[in-house]
Amino acid sequence: MSAGTAAARAETPAARPAPPADSAAGPVVELSGIEIGFPGVKALDGVGLRLMPGEVHALMGENGAGKSTLIKALTGVYAIDAGSIRVDGQEHRFSGPAESQAAGISTVYQEVNLCTNLTVAENMLLGREPRRFGRIHTRAMNRRAAEVLARLGLDVDPTSTLGSHPIAVQQLVAIARAVDVDAKVLVLDEPTSSLDTDEVRVLFDVVRSLRDQGVAVLFVSHFLDQVFELSDRMTVLRNGRFVAEHRTAEITQLELVQEMIGRELEVLERLDRQPADPAAPAAEPVLKVVGLGRSGELEATDLALHEGEVVGVAGLLGSGRTELARLLVGADVADRGEVQVRGRTRPWRSPRQAIDAGVAFSSEDRRAEGVVGDLTVADNMILALQATRGWLRPVPQRTKDELVRRYIEALDIRPADPNALMRNLSGGNQQKVLLARWLITEPRLLVLDEPTRGIDVGAKAQIQQLVAELAADGMAVVFISAELEEVLRLADRVVVMRDRRKVAEQVNDGLEVSDVLRTIAGAGESAVALEVVPDSEEAPRA
Amino acid sequence: MPDVRALLRSSLVWPVVALLALVVLNVVVNPGFLSVRLQDGRLYGSVIDILRNGAPVLLVALGMTLVIATRGIDLSVGAIAAISGAVACVQIAGSNQESAAGTAIVAMTTALAVAVLLGLWNGFLVSVLGIQPIIATLVLMTAGRGLAMLVTDGQITTVTNPTFKLVGAGFFLAVPVAVLVALVVFGATALLTRRTALGMLIEAVGINPEASRLAGVRSRTIIWTVYVFAAFCAGVAGLMIASNTSAADANNAGLWIELDAILAVVIGGTSLAGGRFSLAGTFVGALFIQTLATTIPSIGIPAETNYLFKAVAVIAVCLLQSPQVRSALAARRTTPSRAKAGAPA
Repeated sequence: MSAGTAAARAETPAARPAPPADSAAGPVVELSGIEIGFPGVKALDGVGLRLMPGEVHALMGENGAGKSTLIKALTGVYAIDAGSIRVDGQEHRFSGPAESQAAGISTVYQEVNLCTNLTVAENMLLGREPRRFGRIHTRAMNRRAAEVLARLGLDVDPTSTLGSHPIAVQQLVAIARAVDVDAKVLVLDEPTSSLDTDEVRVLFDVVRSLRDQGVAVLFVSHFLDQVFELSDRMTVLRNGRFVAEHRTAEITQLELVQEMIGRELEVLERLDRQPADPAAPAAEPVLKVVGLGRSGELEATDLALHEGEVVGVAGLLGSGRTELARLLVGADVADRGEVQVRGRTRPWRSPRQAIDAGVAFSSEDRRAEGVVGDLTVADNMILALQATRGWLRPVPQRTKDELVRRYIEALDIRPADPNALMRNLSGGNQQKVLLARWLITEPRLLVLDEPTRGIDVGAKAQIQQLVAELAADGMAVVFISAELEEVLRLADRVVVMRDRRKVAEQVNDGLEVSDVLRTIAGAGESAVALEVVPDSEEAPRA
Repeated sequence: MPDVRALLRSSLVWPVVALLALVVLNVVVNPGFLSVRLQDGRLYGSVIDILRNGAPVLLVALGMTLVIATRGIDLSVGAIAAISGAVACVQIAGSNQESAAGTAIVAMTTALAVAVLLGLWNGFLVSVLGIQPIIATLVLMTAGRGLAMLVTDGQITTVTNPTFKLVGAGFFLAVPVAVLVALVVFGATALLTRRTALGMLIEAVGINPEASRLAGVRSRTIIWTVYVFAAFCAGVAGLMIASNTSAADANNAGLWIELDAILAVVIGGTSLAGGRFSLAGTFVGALFIQTLATTIPSIGIPAETNYLFKAVAVIAVCLLQSPQVRSALAARRTTPSRAKAGAPA
């Protein structure tokens, strides 16, 4: 699979034809001054977007930048508060998705919205089946579907059941359905998020052939490499505002990431944390993974985690940060590679096995994967320890009271009431309770995925401080965060993820945000990424 | 005042109020309702009857409470009760010492072992194969009566064994044995769930299965255990029912008892969405159901309409528990001037 990605990157510059000049044809869609507000929030503020026929246009921005809202304005799901939407020069006011579709705008969403128990042809022509004598003319329907599929170069039997195909093919059928409505504009919202490298290839071929037939494609993706490979032009949004429009050929990945994040490459103040003893890594790692990976989620990855060391993981959303964490802690089961605990290979198929080996995991999705809302703070804290003891050996009430009191005090949890219901606590305090849940199990390795997301500044600083102290006491910590400053403040080593691969591992001897940003943006942009990738050569690949 | 408000917010208050209302109604219609008299060393009275007849429902509801707390449901308990009664009766009837105490004990042990096996089957379907509980237990709900028929050869098997008779119809220290058994199981369940960590782990699995899995809880074992426990309780209930009539009726023993049990659990304030459970609530709920069933004929309404009244009771209790109605009521209490906003339930 990595070969596929490499090939893709190699052909990137050559494969992209120069976009037609602006003057050759006017935009087929022109949005200007779009404003949409929700109670208390201005989701879009004066945003513009132009889509040219025969061009793939990428819409870029971090989470919450307004990409989805803008797409929903274009497809008629949201009504706009101000601004104008022009299709072929004609002003439209969409009051529903049907009107947008009638104007020639088709959308394929991230989740496939088709009927898996119908045939491919039935799905493609659902609601507009060719009829004869008042009944559906199945032969004509299959013929029509076959024509469209052939036009897209897809080898799919129109009479087969949709559910019998993998998600990737279903996605392509969804595109075929969208195209069949004589779409002038095709909106693809994260179409590749559940596809593997080869499937992405097929999808891109289809998108290119549509582009060459004159369709304007709006492409939304978190994968920078894919965006640079496929798109001709891009629009960048940040915090609900328009930042810039570029020809893809005229911007580097680094510049793009800077525009998305909205930060100049300023030098950050160095931080107070002492780096781990350089001699320490010579000791046997607490946990070592070799070639660990999972199809479609993470390519084979090597990583060694040592006592007293904080390893930061950086990368954009969808780069594989969370996938790496989940494989490290047995939350997902790897389909390749192995896990070694203190030098011995261990089965690693459930969180329980990881916990028994001294590995603790705080998930990025606090609400869904951490908080047990209707239990008390005390029960939430004790849960992991109790689970390892089994139900027959309850943690003695006195021990429990003491542990809970100690951690409420040490982590400054408020309210300081062990019997408060967990769901009534603020996000920051819930996070602290979850940290306490794991610290009580006295883990050797603590994996923290976005431990400071969505919590207030004070709690954030306390958690960072705690991580530094834990490492100083000899715990190995994996610290994953979207905030690079935070990662650099704490980490002894930084692992950079991109496109579900580990692309670099750098010792944090004064790394700066700009260095990491450059690595995140792409290997071709700088030498930094090539600097240190220590383990990858020695590891046998599956 | 704050104490009253806290009391009103507690989930136990409405079931208790409903039960008390029923009792008051009964006392009005029949002033002797609460009187209990001692005769021949046994207690008699309407209240004692309600307790004795309600014992099987209470037992089944205890098991159901734990199952529901894990986000599950067990529809097969009625069928398991029938099978348990059938196994015990057929074994006693087939023995050459039909009235010996040993025969009864062996038969009842066998019956409970069969019930536990059936619980293992339910738990296997739900926790290992991942079949939705309502479907998984529907299998045994429908097939179980057929199994009971096979055991009894389609006949109503009658037995004469004084030891067996004791379980459903006997008295110990003037109190019906069935009531004592139900109370002992109730107490044991309370101890088992609240003195060990089982209750907390059951609740954690029911509230947030994924968080529990990531915290290392062996949810498969927990879920399996509660289905086995529910089947065990149903088995004991089946013995009581068969013992009370000294007969195994494969068709009618424990018929619809699963619905009464679910009702008792819901009335007792345990949410069908899983999570926090209240054994005390279930206790009150089971008493409420049984009292309701006794009240209806005694105040001169035909017994066939029993189900209608149960339905009304369910709707009322569910409304009282729904967040919307509760907040409407709360708004009404705190701002009487805007009483129109809150619709009384």
